[in-house]
Amino acid sequence: MVTTTAPPSKPSAKVPAQRPKAGLSRKRREALAAYAFLAPDSLGLLIFVALPMVLAFGVAFFKVDGFGNYQYVGLDNYMLMAGDDQLWASLKVTATYVVTFVPIAFVVSFALAMLVRNHFRGIGWVRSAFFLPHVVSLVVVGLIWQFLLVDKRGALSKLLAPFGLSDVSFLGTPSLALGTYVVISVWFVMGYQMLVLLAGLKDVPKELEDAAEIDGASTLQRFRFVIWPLMRPTSFFVVVNSTIGAVTGLQAFDLVYVLTKGGPARATSTVVLYIYEQAFTFNNMGYAAALTTVVVAILVACTGLMFAFTKGGRFDED
Amino acid sequence: MRTRGFLLPALAHVLAIIAVAPLLWIVISALKPVEDVFDFGWPTRWTLDNLQYVLFKIPMPTFLLNSAIVSIVVTVVALFFHSMAAYALARLRFPGRGLIFSGIMSTLLVSLPVILVPLFLVAKQLGLLDSYAGLIVPSIFHAFGVFLLRQYYLNIPRELEEAADLDGCGYWRRYWSVILPLSRPVLASLSVLFFLANWNAFLWPLTITRNPDLRVIQLGVSGMQGQYASAWNLILAAAVIAAIPTVVVFVAGQRRLVDAMKTTGLK
Repeated sequence: MVTTTAPPSKPSAKVPAQRPKAGLSRKRREALAAYAFLAPDSLGLLIFVALPMVLAFGVAFFKVDGFGNYQYVGLDNYMLMAGDDQLWASLKVTATYVVTFVPIAFVVSFALAMLVRNHFRGIGWVRSAFFLPHVVSLVVVGLIWQFLLVDKRGALSKLLAPFGLSDVSFLGTPSLALGTYVVISVWFVMGYQMLVLLAGLKDVPKELEDAAEIDGASTLQRFRFVIWPLMRPTSFFVVVNSTIGAVTGLQAFDLVYVLTKGGPARATSTVVLYIYEQAFTFNNMGYAAALTTVVVAILVACTGLMFAFTKGGRFDED
Repeated sequence: MRTRGFLLPALAHVLAIIAVAPLLWIVISALKPVEDVFDFGWPTRWTLDNLQYVLFKIPMPTFLLNSAIVSIVVTVVALFFHSMAAYALARLRFPGRGLIFSGIMSTLLVSLPVILVPLFLVAKQLGLLDSYAGLIVPSIFHAFGVFLLRQYYLNIPRELEEAADLDGCGYWRRYWSVILPLSRPVLASLSVLFFLANWNAFLWPLTITRNPDLRVIQLGVSGMQGQYASAWNLILAAAVIAAIPTVVVFVAGQRRLVDAMKTTGLK
């Protein structure tokens, strides 16, 4: 080869659909190219997300043993649920977790967002500091808090010793473990929610607040009548997201798995942890699939409700 | 605008220190000798013994390597597939576009814990148990990346692509040479996000692998709980090692990450 001039454009043959073929109109070519571009992700989502969701409804009618033998049992798996005390305990744990975690996380994150909203010296480090716990894995978060909360010898026991609380076992007492799990979860997500709320706060026009201030509105009134209404869409997004995360997110599994394994006395056994145990500890795949369909149904209902409330994700300008 | 007064910034700084205190505490404790792990305060003697033990007496390098392979491959392939899909959805006209877009978006709220059991059955049928493919392939597909990239592509001026079209570029060239280079910022944001998510992944590796050689870092670290029950100096050292890459990636890609995070809440 002696030629040194590069060809003006390399003919690429990676996507056959984009080659100008005789007899194919431009419209057809564009459509074929689009399907080729969409194929990998669409197939992947079909096989690894959509198919499992559909499959759950099928497997739910079978009893599956450890060897992978399927036996049709009709609605038996659903009948079992009614008398499954541990399931009801788990549902109660998840419900309690949602109604405590979601509001606390929201209020804490909103307060932090307000605190770091305007510039001050060192604001970059402060924002990063609040976000840093969210970067670390839930496994590490679980281990960190286990260490800090080790009975009697842990850092927290020592901190609380002057108040006579050094004997409290935060993770070992059924009535305290769930609350501890909530607090740790808040610590983990507050930086993320703060960032999302901060992005919303950026869109609150400064002029409106200034006008309110000139009209004599107090700080509290400015928050209540200017910021709060304008933050409704962002707040709504954060709360919905946070609720879904609390029920079905990794925080409902990884964290409890490392922190307490659902104990003590099943006080922190979330629904997703319980489904995992049914499937992989007790090998009740069919029952676990049936439980999955219930969670999917709840999730679909919640999403539907959310869309109904927001008229398809849009908000009225009221 | 600057915050008036001194009190609120001071409060913010104090709260920030409290927020990171548990993390700092762990790093300091991991550098203490065994007998001092639970001591309150600064170590009387600094030591690297714990880190050394964990790195050389436990297959920590294997865990780290496995996690690096899985996180990097998933991130690269996911960005590639997602940007292709997003390009088609944002820039091309074809029958069924609305339907396919809704279909992809409808999976946005589905999280791993929900579909874990049936996904395991699918992976088992496909022969993905106990393999790198099993760790990697199911982790690639997620609607969020498609959604974010599509939003971004909708805002790229059409003229840029039309110029390439006039030059005789096919769709592949327009995607590869025009759209992809223009989407570097959003790809960078997503790569930070994807890397962190996969490095920190625990539930899926726990479900799909039994073979100790395939253990990823989070499995390795959590496994120490059982094996080294109360050897907290070692558990903490392992936890610190597992956390270092995430903190490094966060510090390096902070702005990118914050951009991606904020966009999730906007629309």
